[in-house]
Amino acid sequence: MLLINCPWCGERDETEFAYGGEAHIVRPLDPDALNDEQWADYLFNRSNPRGLHRERWMHAAGCRRWFNVERDTVTYKIKSVYKVGELPPGDAEVTSGEGEV
Amino acid sequence: MKKYSIFSLARNALSHHENWQQAWRSPEPKKAYDAVIIGGGGHGLATAYYLAKEHGVKNIAVLEKGWIGGGNTGRNTTIVRSNYLWDEAANLYEKSMKLWEGLSQELNYNVMFSQRGVYNLGHTLQDMRDIHRRVNANRLNGVDGVVLDTAELSKRIPFLNTSPDTRYPILGASYQARGGTARHDAVAWGFARGADAHGVDIIQNCEVTGIRREDGRVVGLDTAKGYIETPKVGVVVAGNSSVLANMAGFRMPIESHPLQAFVSEPIKPILDTVIMSNAVHGYISQSDKGDLVIGAGIDSYNGYGQRGSFTTIEHTMSAILELFPIFSRVRMNRQWGGIVDTCPDACPIISKTPVKGLYFNCGWGTGGFKATPGSGWVFAHTVANDDPHALNAPFSLERFVTGALIDEHGAAGVAH
Repeated sequence: MLLINCPWCGERDETEFAYGGEAHIVRPLDPDALNDEQWADYLFNRSNPRGLHRERWMHAAGCRRWFNVERDTVTYKIKSVYKVGELPPGDAEVTSGEGEV
Repeated sequence: MKKYSIFSLARNALSHHENWQQAWRSPEPKKAYDAVIIGGGGHGLATAYYLAKEHGVKNIAVLEKGWIGGGNTGRNTTIVRSNYLWDEAANLYEKSMKLWEGLSQELNYNVMFSQRGVYNLGHTLQDMRDIHRRVNANRLNGVDGVVLDTAELSKRIPFLNTSPDTRYPILGASYQARGGTARHDAVAWGFARGADAHGVDIIQNCEVTGIRREDGRVVGLDTAKGYIETPKVGVVVAGNSSVLANMAGFRMPIESHPLQAFVSEPIKPILDTVIMSNAVHGYISQSDKGDLVIGAGIDSYNGYGQRGSFTTIEHTMSAILELFPIFSRVRMNRQWGGIVDTCPDACPIISKTPVKGLYFNCGWGTGGFKATPGSGWVFAHTVANDDPHALNAPFSLERFVTGALIDEHGAAGVAH
């Protein structure tokens, strides 16, 4: 059972949250300019790392707001929680730009 | 390989069963192989077996980072069925079903394949419409199936709660009589023994750490037991597919999730078939040992930890008790998790890749066990000929670019 620290409501049980998959995937600004491979990469391909994963969660049974979590996919330990549009604390290497909802 | 038979049983009884030939060797890896299969689960061992037997490739190694059958092959609920909606999926799983039906004879190893039937319950009007549609599609594809009503269900399975007063009343079911269960470990061991007899080297405790490439071609593998040269690599690593793809420098449309399963304390025979429900989401059968074997859906988040959350356990148990209130005081004995690699369209990828000589067989999600022999059979064809078989051609990695997805979500009767 995960204990997730919602940025607005504090620590709550995993059962209150909905998982939203990998974070920081930005919808291409000009989809028409992409070829099929690039569009498929945006739509379907995921980094799915064995280790630190940046992912989106939504406090479904609480404030109903989205936020980002850095979590280890092997130990399931949560490293940090940060708001949408922010980068993980102490880390600026996200290359795909702004976080999004 | 010495054949198992009633005579070998009698002969070995005379020496107190102390002189049985070991079922497979444990050789050290050679410097080079004609083909290497990464992953010593059921699918990987089946691939090696059919590569050696059907395609005459003799110099093959299977590399397994742990012990054979220790991943999802040993962590599933052993259900076998082929009642998939779409033609592509039905053909693939039905090929597998046909292989299951002769597998114990073929391997000279009892995989305890038991065609005890599989019921997929419907709880809503839409469930029943989908069940009718799927059974009709199945029959057009030569897959057996019938639709049963509640009266028939309560006659066949008297303690199934078919009362109209439940939260999600059962309205009927599809039934595939040829479906059933098999002994999961025996499947891995049988294929291992068969592959070994055809000269395949099964190398356990040998993790692959790198895939070496030259000019877009595979040339060899870095492993825990040194460098192994090979022009062909088949990757069948279930939950770790993205990790291996990453080693080869490309991305996959796959996410890994924990999937939990449970067995109860052993009880006397009570359930002689397999019951699955999509709507309340759980599935249950009883093993020959007597324990109830139970499973449900994946944990929602990505994970490689081979364990899941308690909330999923609660959800699974409440689903099973909705169907079988009689089991309310049965205690669960063990619980475990496997790591399944899920695809956006709930169908596997059995395919060539952007790297020449590198093939992937993955993305089986939560329903790979039933496909073990068929998966190995088509993948062996793909590796041997550098070209997919007609059965697995639709399951290419390319389909995510072309858009030719095979959407088996829900259509397969249960979310696998």
